[in-house]
Amino acid sequence: MRQFLDFEKPIADLEAKIEELRQMLEPGSINITDEVAKLTEKADRQLRATYAKLTPWQKTQVARHEDRPKALDYIGALITEFSPLAGDRAFAEDAAIVGGLGRFEGRPVMVLGTEKGSETESRVRHNFGSAKPEGYRKARRLIELAGRFGLPVLTFVDTSGAFPGIDAEARGQAEAIARSIEACLAAPIPIVATIIGEGGSGGAIALATGDRVLMLEHAVYSVISPEGCASILWRDAGQAATAAEALRLTAADLKALHLIDTVVAEPLGGAHREPAEAMSAVGLAIAQALQPLLNLSPAMLRGQRREKFLAMGREGLV
Amino acid sequence: MSWLTEYVRPRIRTLLGHRPDVPDNLWSQCPACQQMIFTKELERSQRVCEHCGHHMRGTALERLDWTFDEDSFTRIELPRAPADPLGFRDQKRYAERLREARAKTGLEDALVVAHGTIGGQRAVVAAMEFGFMGGSMGAAVGEGLVASARLAVLQRAPLVVFTASGGARMQEGAVSLMQMPRTTIAAMLLREARLPFVVVLTDPTTGGVTASFAMLGDIQIAEPGALIGFAGARVIEQTVHETLPEGFQRAEYLHAHGIVDMVVRRSEMRETLARLLGLLQPYDGEAAAENPGQPAKAPPEPASSPA
Ligand SMILES: [Zn+2]
Repeated sequence: MRQFLDFEKPIADLEAKIEELRQMLEPGSINITDEVAKLTEKADRQLRATYAKLTPWQKTQVARHEDRPKALDYIGALITEFSPLAGDRAFAEDAAIVGGLGRFEGRPVMVLGTEKGSETESRVRHNFGSAKPEGYRKARRLIELAGRFGLPVLTFVDTSGAFPGIDAEARGQAEAIARSIEACLAAPIPIVATIIGEGGSGGAIALATGDRVLMLEHAVYSVISPEGCASILWRDAGQAATAAEALRLTAADLKALHLIDTVVAEPLGGAHREPAEAMSAVGLAIAQALQPLLNLSPAMLRGQRREKFLAMGREGLV
Repeated sequence: MSWLTEYVRPRIRTLLGHRPDVPDNLWSQCPACQQMIFTKELERSQRVCEHCGHHMRGTALERLDWTFDEDSFTRIELPRAPADPLGFRDQKRYAERLREARAKTGLEDALVVAHGTIGGQRAVVAAMEFGFMGGSMGAAVGEGLVASARLAVLQRAPLVVFTASGGARMQEGAVSLMQMPRTTIAAMLLREARLPFVVVLTDPTTGGVTASFAMLGDIQIAEPGALIGFAGARVIEQTVHETLPEGFQRAEYLHAHGIVDMVVRRSEMRETLARLLGLLQPYDGEAAAENPGQPAKAPPEPASSPA
């Protein structure tokens, strides 16, 4: 069954009614077919109208939608011969960050993603997409491995943030994230990062310091969650919608601020309505982003990547 | 590199500008042991409690005084960064918060940079100002750190950074997040130039600052008792529903967990830095390989050694 968000209530009601009528539908009952067609059109209009003007807070909810395709879905759809690699070689394997070798459009690549999981069991297994130091150390290891074999790195970012835990702190969460960012910046190979859902702060940038950064239309990317920001600056987590507005965390905002390169349009009603369509659009966008990077020398790649990030926050550029 | 002509030149005006927050009170109270301390005495002791040894927070300008050899340093003007890129407002406008922080601290933003000598050796020092919006890192702090790294490379001098920050500056949204890769680049500039990068973590250093340049030093030093971590204690408690261990996220805890090299008392900071910088001379690997047995550059005599 489809999961509806609060603001999708009118659409949910219409679709429920359509479903009800369909159940009643007997062959040849023209009246009802007519009614179904009318309602379907109305639901479609409603959906179009709602998604044309999603607020930042609504987008945050869409970005977190349970049915939204996750990193492993993208890997399944876009990568062949996927061969998962595990562990940081020091402490543990962290399933919150998935990664491995595979082929993208026939070309060998390294893939990395923060995986939230898609039902209770896998969510727990992937720690809801919140990685620990061993996850970021694995990411760094795989980026360096990719560099040694000239493999482009594709990342799929979807995390509410790095895991805030006692053990994570004890093992150097901050250092692990910093080293992952550093590995991205030092990589002699192209990195194309895609924010597919939630781009949550340091835990996201650790895998998103790429030559090209793509972002889905309804994904969000910010330094702090709207709830976190609201509870600190408004002293009231209930002000999350206001904070989401102020943070300018939508794909359109980040594009306007020159912090990302490309906004990938989503199917009507969000990626969760038509996952296959959404994932193939992302595949196309990645291919386009990757193509011009393939012929650049390691020095060129590193230099351009560095300049790209150095430019963010220089006067006149934002 | 046009930035050099623009802001490496010191501006006397800003150097002699007002010293922030010198308390009028004759007596101060130690927040750790509650004992009263003569304020003048506290300044002489670099804000370390004479009763219990508690290290109180210092200002960025005090850091420069405490770190460089006497009268040896010159502050540089930092490049401008876009102010208020998001047009942010919470219960107050960010522009207004900036104005207040500037008036309160006498600084443009939460970072000051200077060059001078430490134990007779040239060094660039960047110090964060916690009193400026909690030392939070936005575009100006990021730009300042990159500038400090470039200055160090230009002068073939080591960079010492004193951190004091609650993390990223929320009011700059994703722009502040991008300061993590930007300041990581600053650390990489030093590494590529084979120049020492020393980080001194002071109370408190958390969030996006720890998860970028502050954890990338060749040598990581922490002040006693300093709170250092990625996530906030309250967030951790709410997430894991466990009581935090004694001394969690304190300098000594980080040392025990292998995250910092040493915990150094403020009274010993300058001589420790001088010693480390003396041992870590800029190194040119290629030249050294061509002249085996010969250091690339004659290491200077330690300033403190007897004649
Ligand atoms: Zn005391």
